[in-house]
Amino acid sequence: MNEPNEAYLKLIKEKMPKSKHLLTMFRAFWTGGTICCIGQAFTDLYTYLFSEMGENDVAALTTITLIAITAVLTGFGIYDKIGAYAGAGSIVPITGFANSVVSPAVEHKREGVVFGLCANMFSVAGPVIVFGISSSVIVGFIVIIFRGAFGG
Amino acid sequence: METFLTYLQVFAVGGTICLIGQIIINTTKVTSARILVGYLLLGVILETAGVYKYVRDFGKAGATVPIIGFGSNLARGAIDGALENGMLGAVTGGMEAVAAGIAAVIFFAFIVGLVATPKSK
Repeated sequence: MNEPNEAYLKLIKEKMPKSKHLLTMFRAFWTGGTICCIGQAFTDLYTYLFSEMGENDVAALTTITLIAITAVLTGFGIYDKIGAYAGAGSIVPITGFANSVVSPAVEHKREGVVFGLCANMFSVAGPVIVFGISSSVIVGFIVIIFRGAFGG
Repeated sequence: METFLTYLQVFAVGGTICLIGQIIINTTKVTSARILVGYLLLGVILETAGVYKYVRDFGKAGATVPIIGFGSNLARGAIDGALENGMLGAVTGGMEAVAAGIAAVIFFAFIVGLVATPKSK
């Protein structure tokens, strides 16, 4: 009597991808927003604790804190579980960048400290650093050429 | 009340940036490394164009925590460096601005890598 209705199953299959699409978007939105709110909480905390610090120093301290937390969570395998749920919500924040450095470092450890851990550390994040630093140097040259446009 | 509103802005801006990333992943099969690079370059471009500071003023950590904020930080460092120290500043400014982040990533990845046990596959 409880045989599943074939037409109904087919309907579910048709509807599934779209709702899954919306679900992943919702998850990415709220987890990403939450990670940013945690960052804001540390910013507020450090602004309160170290009132003599400038805005940039507080931001740097917040970044270091988020990276340290992510490194520990990655070490225990917790961040990967968050990532499986959150998708882009865990990739796009700076914590995702930290995870992409720590994760291969841990995974390749058995190949040795120098050629495993250290050499593979930037296998994913390397391009980010290369593009980031290179583009910043280009920006620097642009500023020198068009000094007036940047208020120099 | 004001604090609540600030956190709502942080949540909305940070969430939206991640949401766009998820849409790109869902629709185009782009890998996460490319998402990171793309957002980073977008941050560099928007900061250089002078647009990103408005996003940052509104979104606070919601604009600085995502990798796009890392890119804007790089560009801001390079701009400030070039204005203050000329050619030398143009080369070193970006790296200086993100020195804390990169040093922390390397250090903590090294320590955790030494301590943690890899999953057996």
